[in-house]
Amino acid sequence: MQEKDLIPVLERIQKKYGYLPLQALKSVARELGVPAVQVYGAATFFKQFRLNPPGKYQIEVCMGTACYMAGGQVALDSFERRLKIGVGETTPDGEFSLERVACVGCCNLAPVAVVDNVVEKNVTPTRVDGILLSLGLSEENKENKENSNAQGK
Amino acid sequence: MRRENREREAGVMAVPSAEKFYAMLRSAAVAGLRILDEVPVIRIGTATCGIAAGALLVRDTFRDELNKRGIEARVMEVGCMGHCYAEPMVIITKPGFPSLCYNNVDEELAIHLVDDFLARGDPCYEFAMAALEPNDFFPTFQDFPRGIYEEKMILGDCGLIDPQEIDHFLARDGYLALCKALQTESNQVLQEIKKANLRGRGGAGFPAGEKWDMARKAPGEIKFVICNGDEGDPGAFMDRNILESNPHLVIEGMIICAYCVGASRGFLYIRSEYRQAVCRMERALEQAREKGLLGERILGSNFSFNLEIFTAAGAFVCGEGTALVKSMEGKMGIPEHRPPELAESGYLGKPTVLNNVKTFCYVPPIILRGARWFRDVGTPESPGTAVFALAGKISAPGLVEVPMGTTLRQLIDDVGGGVPHGKRFKAVQIGGPSGGCLPEQALDIPIDFDSLLGAGAMMGSGGIIVLDEDDCMVRIARFFLNFTQEESCGKCTFCRLGTRHMFRILDDIIRGKGEMGQLETLRRLAEDIKIGSLCNLGKTAPNPVLTTLRYFFDEYRAHISEKRCPALSCPELTVYFIEPKRCSKLCNVCIGSCPVEAIFTRDDGLKAIDQEKCVKCDNCLKACPPDYSAVIKLSPLSLLDERLGKNK
Repeated sequence: MQEKDLIPVLERIQKKYGYLPLQALKSVARELGVPAVQVYGAATFFKQFRLNPPGKYQIEVCMGTACYMAGGQVALDSFERRLKIGVGETTPDGEFSLERVACVGCCNLAPVAVVDNVVEKNVTPTRVDGILLSLGLSEENKENKENSNAQGK
Repeated sequence: MRRENREREAGVMAVPSAEKFYAMLRSAAVAGLRILDEVPVIRIGTATCGIAAGALLVRDTFRDELNKRGIEARVMEVGCMGHCYAEPMVIITKPGFPSLCYNNVDEELAIHLVDDFLARGDPCYEFAMAALEPNDFFPTFQDFPRGIYEEKMILGDCGLIDPQEIDHFLARDGYLALCKALQTESNQVLQEIKKANLRGRGGAGFPAGEKWDMARKAPGEIKFVICNGDEGDPGAFMDRNILESNPHLVIEGMIICAYCVGASRGFLYIRSEYRQAVCRMERALEQAREKGLLGERILGSNFSFNLEIFTAAGAFVCGEGTALVKSMEGKMGIPEHRPPELAESGYLGKPTVLNNVKTFCYVPPIILRGARWFRDVGTPESPGTAVFALAGKISAPGLVEVPMGTTLRQLIDDVGGGVPHGKRFKAVQIGGPSGGCLPEQALDIPIDFDSLLGAGAMMGSGGIIVLDEDDCMVRIARFFLNFTQEESCGKCTFCRLGTRHMFRILDDIIRGKGEMGQLETLRRLAEDIKIGSLCNLGKTAPNPVLTTLRYFFDEYRAHISEKRCPALSCPELTVYFIEPKRCSKLCNVCIGSCPVEAIFTRDDGLKAIDQEKCVKCDNCLKACPPDYSAVIKLSPLSLLDERLGKNK
């Protein structure tokens, strides 16, 4: 193992654990003989790496040009509103995490979201609710509605 | 000296064996595929785009139904033909019939096709889209408007061959160019590429032959060839499609390149988001190694070349050569000063050839058919074809390959079928974050590497997004600036802070907080960023802003002085309103469609929107039946008060 193997090593760690634990980064630095700052730098520089554990269901909303123009931002807002988390965050119960991706290359199906590696097409706010319901957000959803009702009154 | 000796040796020894070796491989492949001429073959496009549209379900349906009925047929997974609007696509070849292509196939149609076509003999022409070869019954793709313009130099096999079976590629003369190259002196092969004036398809258009020559002449025993598959432009998916649909073509091109420059190792640098592409490429490499087309003593010659995949961890700036190489070395992907060029000192300090996926794809056909054939297509300065990913507000989005010099108008109106739903064309975004937005009057510019620069855009890697009257040009400029400011590596101050500052100004403008004076700041910043940035990410980052300022100044002015978004697209300047005159008491569709329960029933039974709750998602507007079309958008916000005042 040498310095040039840093990215593949980090990729393998992420594949195994779903994210890059700090402890692992330290071990990588030691094993490859590179400064810890370089490992941390690479881990934070590249979009693919994450430093916190992902949710059980990973939701990636495409923000390519075509998706953005077709309402990708609306879809992202809807996910944020329903899940009550921002981009790059995981719900407190560890069920869902939300990411923004540059382009998944299915521009004709825009707006697109990748949910657990399955591409969902035409993600309108209604579809967002449908996706989340199918993944078992029903309980939380109810709560949400109750809250908004309470606010309405 | 030593290299020359080795070459001479390779030349002498390779002549008889490479040819025989190849002939053996090819005849075995052809023999193995003979079965396909005897039974019906069902080809299903399962590239990422096809799978997203539901191709896997269609594949399973075909398999199940065929099994149930005991029909002998082959179900084959192929790549993508580029007709994205028609996915999932299925091609059925049954002896005695022309090969027919069916679009938007779902489970129901799949069962129908098995019943009527495969079990009986009715080709269901009413569902067919086109035939593959000319016949007396049904039109072919060449009869489509796009068929007139399309000229497939590198996409010809995409969607027809199984990318996971090397035999399909071999049977279509795959690796024949490699066999031919290995029997020719390497410098002669290089001269052919130079004569063809093959220019890099990554965007900059640097002549590939010159780059290779530089690497060839650079001193050192160890050299590398890298294929840049880090397709980061939002809205571009040409490379993904090729990697998924015809991986062996890329491999063959890379091996020939390595032979020319004397490289012994190579890498395919592919975005890790492209899981399918990585997966198919891995299998392709494995099969090429098994057949002796990759690895030690390729085709029995003295030339050895090893190729592996490096999955990129996702950073737009790594599309830049020096940054790409640094990320491969285990560092952050930050661009470096040039010279030295990569061809002199690249990966691990060794001479490195770095080319785009498509550039390598052109190599085998050029070697096989000669530089003349290549130069006969396209323009003298930019010969050959160009591959574009058409997306956005266009009737027939997809992947097209047209000769260089085709105009934007031909590409959008004829090949892509124009803007759908009777909307008016507004602009075309070409070249991604480095390109620009061009208006109607610029549509007659021929597309090649040089012509677009004058209009303020660039060809880029080939993503084309069509925008219609509903798209706000300030918002699209802000979108790209947001992209570049996030993707800036941070090395150069102007790129790091300047793009961020530009983004903030644009953000102010779309929120209705802009001032006319800020436009001058935008222009000044744009010029400074162009001068003060090292790599092309920064140098071209202001292009989306500069082109929109140049061609769509009115929209900026409307946002700033009237607080109005002419396209009714910026949420901060637009409100949704239900026209009481058109609304019906009998209909509740909008209420059900609203995700935030912002729509309520008024005392008189008509519907209205609670503006406090509205998230401007467009749902009610789409849900309202066309008979009523009661939901409208208003901009500027002051119009709402007028309406409310009037209707009370």
